[in-house]
Amino acid sequence: MQAFEYANPATLPDALGLLASEWGPTDVLAGGTDLLSLMKEYLHTPKRVVNIKGIKELAGIQKTGAGLRIGALVTMDEIATNAEIRNEYKSLADAAAGIPSPQIRHMGTAGGDLCQRPRCWYYRQGFGLLATKDGQPLVPDGENKYHAIFGGGPAYFVSASSLGPALIALGASVKLVSAKGSRDVPAAKFFVIPKDERTREIALRPNEILTEILVPGAATKSATYEVRQKEALDWPLAVAAVALRMNGATVTSAKVVLGHVAPIPWEAAAAGKLLAGKTITAATAEAAGKAAVEGAQPLSQNAYKTQLAKVAVKRALLDAVKARA
Amino acid sequence: MRTMELRLNVNGSAQRWTIAPGELLLDVLRRQGYFGVKRGCEKGECGACTVLVNGRAVNSCLMFAAQAEGAHVLTIEGLAEGEKLHPIQEAFLDHGAVQCGFCTPGMALSAKALLDRCPHPTDAQVREAMAGNLCRCTGYLKPVEAVLAAASGMAKPPRKRRAKAEVTR
Repeated sequence: MQAFEYANPATLPDALGLLASEWGPTDVLAGGTDLLSLMKEYLHTPKRVVNIKGIKELAGIQKTGAGLRIGALVTMDEIATNAEIRNEYKSLADAAAGIPSPQIRHMGTAGGDLCQRPRCWYYRQGFGLLATKDGQPLVPDGENKYHAIFGGGPAYFVSASSLGPALIALGASVKLVSAKGSRDVPAAKFFVIPKDERTREIALRPNEILTEILVPGAATKSATYEVRQKEALDWPLAVAAVALRMNGATVTSAKVVLGHVAPIPWEAAAAGKLLAGKTITAATAEAAGKAAVEGAQPLSQNAYKTQLAKVAVKRALLDAVKARA
Repeated sequence: MRTMELRLNVNGSAQRWTIAPGELLLDVLRRQGYFGVKRGCEKGECGACTVLVNGRAVNSCLMFAAQAEGAHVLTIEGLAEGEKLHPIQEAFLDHGAVQCGFCTPGMALSAKALLDRCPHPTDAQVREAMAGNLCRCTGYLKPVEAVLAAASGMAKPPRKRRAKAEVTR
């Protein structure tokens, strides 16, 4: 790891004042589970690391008039075990509880989950976000078992965020703050498919800090279903998060968002549309799963993901209506 | 090299150490003689380096030592009281839950974190709490049994030897 300066600001303005205006020289540290891995591999070589763990206003989960506020420093364990979230925003609790180990859930933060870099093995080996060598893309003819089936390139990594799909389905937004002010960005606009190596996969700017997540009031039933190869210590192969607004047993509107199938959490609009006006049964859930994966473009080794995503949608829907409203 | 001061509490004793900003908690603890903190994968996947920070199991390989400023850290060296083993350690011995021993400190600490919060866990809760600790020797059945036994205060449960499976070809 390259040597760096460790800054330990106690306030948000102090922290913001320590960030550079371009990517590279500075990095924000919270739980550290991703940043340390990136630094060990020399993928990030910051001159200054800004630890934001001491900034008290970034902690805590609060019910507000508009819904729920989740501070960026809230750990994944807190999200998985918080009673309010488990009861009213089940898809978020599901997503956080799905994270591999208690250790990672204790360290990893909500903000870090959204800002973590892709886990694509080409990216982690230094071939960049678009995974190219001598200008040629490596993924389409390479080891693409865990890569995207949506998006169509040139980026083929999958968004690693656990909370992303559930937050988009719930219509959440994130607050991004810089020294000059703050902006609320819908979770759906926070994730970006990069077109070149200079673009980040998230809307955050280098001089900004993601301070909180705002989830609107829960008049919804929601669930997240992850398909994994094993129960412990692994990334999901395919994920579906669903959020349903209901009138009795009838769906008035639905959002279905897939995870680990595209460089961003992938909203399956067709599936949501299909469910409006229906009740959730095994048959409608299956039809929604089918609609969700229409247009998938699997690579040479990952056609299996289409089937897994389809089943994940079905199971998430059936789970959501089982859960209490 | 830049250095900084780190103040923390390890196994009940206040410490003041000089560290470099980039040093992992894992490396600093081992340098200070806490060799029960094992270096395994260094990627947060195996759990051999598990320590408790403010009562929570974390991977010390994924944490800068600097992040432990002001924290209470528990390593396996702090689990026993002098010569008297902790009930979890006794149970691991009684149940033969230790083979090579490399994963054991991390497992015992994950178990401690669980039992401190949830004194009477179910089998599923024990497995969940230990999910971040890999054993490559033998498996998880005996550690899980040991933790359940430690929880129910049975140091030495009567345990029948299993009949050898008959092999027929």
